[in-house]
Amino acid sequence: MVGQKTFSKWLIIIVFLLPSLAGLVLFQLIPLLSSAVISFTDWDLITKARFVGFDNYLEALGDEQTLSSLLNIVRYIVGYLPTVLVLGLFFSVLLGRKMKGVKLYRIFIFIPVITSWVAVAIVWRWLLNGQSGLVNYFLSFFGVQGPIWLQDFTWAMPAIIAVSIWKDIGYVTIILLAGLQEISDDYYEAAIIDGASGIGKFFNITLPLLTPSLFFVIVISLINGFQLFDQVMVMTRGGPAGATATLVQQIYENAFQNYKMGFASAQSWILFLIIFAVTLIQQSLQKRWVTYDR
Amino acid sequence: MIARRNLIRDALAHCVLIVAAVVLIFPFVWMLSGSFKDSLEVVKMPPNLIPETFRFSNYTEITKYFPIYRFLANSIAVSVVTTALQLLVCAMSAFVFAKIRFKGREALFVLFLITMMIPMQVTMTPLFIVFQKLNLIDTYAGLILPGIFSAYGTFLLRQHITTIPDTLLEAAFMDGASYFKVFRSIILPLSKPSIAALSIFSFMATWNNFLWPLIITSDTNIMTLPIGLSKLQGRWATEWNILMAGNVVSFIPIFIVFLFASKYIIKGVTMSGVKG
Repeated sequence: MVGQKTFSKWLIIIVFLLPSLAGLVLFQLIPLLSSAVISFTDWDLITKARFVGFDNYLEALGDEQTLSSLLNIVRYIVGYLPTVLVLGLFFSVLLGRKMKGVKLYRIFIFIPVITSWVAVAIVWRWLLNGQSGLVNYFLSFFGVQGPIWLQDFTWAMPAIIAVSIWKDIGYVTIILLAGLQEISDDYYEAAIIDGASGIGKFFNITLPLLTPSLFFVIVISLINGFQLFDQVMVMTRGGPAGATATLVQQIYENAFQNYKMGFASAQSWILFLIIFAVTLIQQSLQKRWVTYDR
Repeated sequence: MIARRNLIRDALAHCVLIVAAVVLIFPFVWMLSGSFKDSLEVVKMPPNLIPETFRFSNYTEITKYFPIYRFLANSIAVSVVTTALQLLVCAMSAFVFAKIRFKGREALFVLFLITMMIPMQVTMTPLFIVFQKLNLIDTYAGLILPGIFSAYGTFLLRQHITTIPDTLLEAAFMDGASYFKVFRSIILPLSKPSIAALSIFSFMATWNNFLWPLIITSDTNIMTLPIGLSKLQGRWATEWNILMAGNVVSFIPIFIVFLFASKYIIKGVTMSGVKG
């Protein structure tokens, strides 16, 4: 009886885990290792691959396009992250108020989050268009002649950043709102007894206790930032003159348009290692500023 | 006094939130309005929000450019099948990881968690080559297969299934229930909230997925909406009324899903954020 029980136990373990394990091995681990191997070759899908050592990595790290795309990502993150955090914090405090209609606002703010980047990017291409765009029409009321946003070397990246904030603000707000609602009322009641002001309460209670949620948003935003692709692909294709080119877009073009499989794989590993390093650094810095209640 | 101050604050909060809501929602209103305009009115300055005449024919004319309704059907089929299979695969492995003790379980689970960190961009090139060898380019299987396996999904469901009390399962085993029976009649019904959250995430992620379908499809019969729309705009870059009609077609299904499930979606997002 016991033997049979163990048999059926192992049967269920194997049958139930097999699909997931097979998927993990076939679609994650093997491709991961293959891409590492390919990154050390000059494979172009047609001729036989030759082993080239670290050449692809050295080429990528000395390549102006790769470096400028990395710089673009840094620009993107510098513009995007602080703004989305401050705005998200602001809206989460507003939406955390106990008043009529907040549920409806929560739904409104989330609509851009659920839609596909392609669809909203096309709408924004129109809104930011030089001639028929509504944004410049709106600015003209204030006597401002707006630039041709997405074709302007200076303004293309700020436009991408602004649209990305517009799309993601709902997500950040809801995450921070959840963090706010986790904070126990006891803290605030104690603070009121101590005679704390509204601003004092925010900086001494809300902000420190919200740091776990802020940490989560920062980790996710940085990972997404380094993987910037969809909106750029639809709105600018990396232009004008490479002003919005990103690493993933370079990987895509090198692999699937120029068939430089080796070089693209090396770039993708550089991307992976950057994301890995940034995440590790954040984990280790976490202790210094994230306050965990309990 | 305090009540009055609160009233003023609420009014201020409403003002700010209404402005924010307009900024967030207006592009969708503009998209809808543009989809009914003709090609002249769509570039007219000053613009008007409500079209002079509603040109419903944009929605039929668009098929002359691209088979948008084919894309729609493809998107629905691919998203539904991917979601259903992902739920099944994830629920099965989550059950094992949460409730069946065996040697090496923790190590295996850590391996699962590590794969969550691998970005798609690293695996996509070799995957593409393998799929090419297997003749899976421009097939539904090619679109669906990689989306079925989700370490994140397994993780999410496992977290929930762990909270189901062991005594419930033991009682069922005492009554002679098999593992499969326990899975089907205890685990699955009791994991409904997290299954609902995962199915919505999975559906939205598949519906909006861009990079993988972009690589794996070139045949307009197989393309999903995001790829179709991006090709459409690549060729008819400024036919805004046609493009907006296409956008509306892609927006409406996901919007309907959201309207019915907004409670679960927002709760699901909240869950993932607090856990993270």
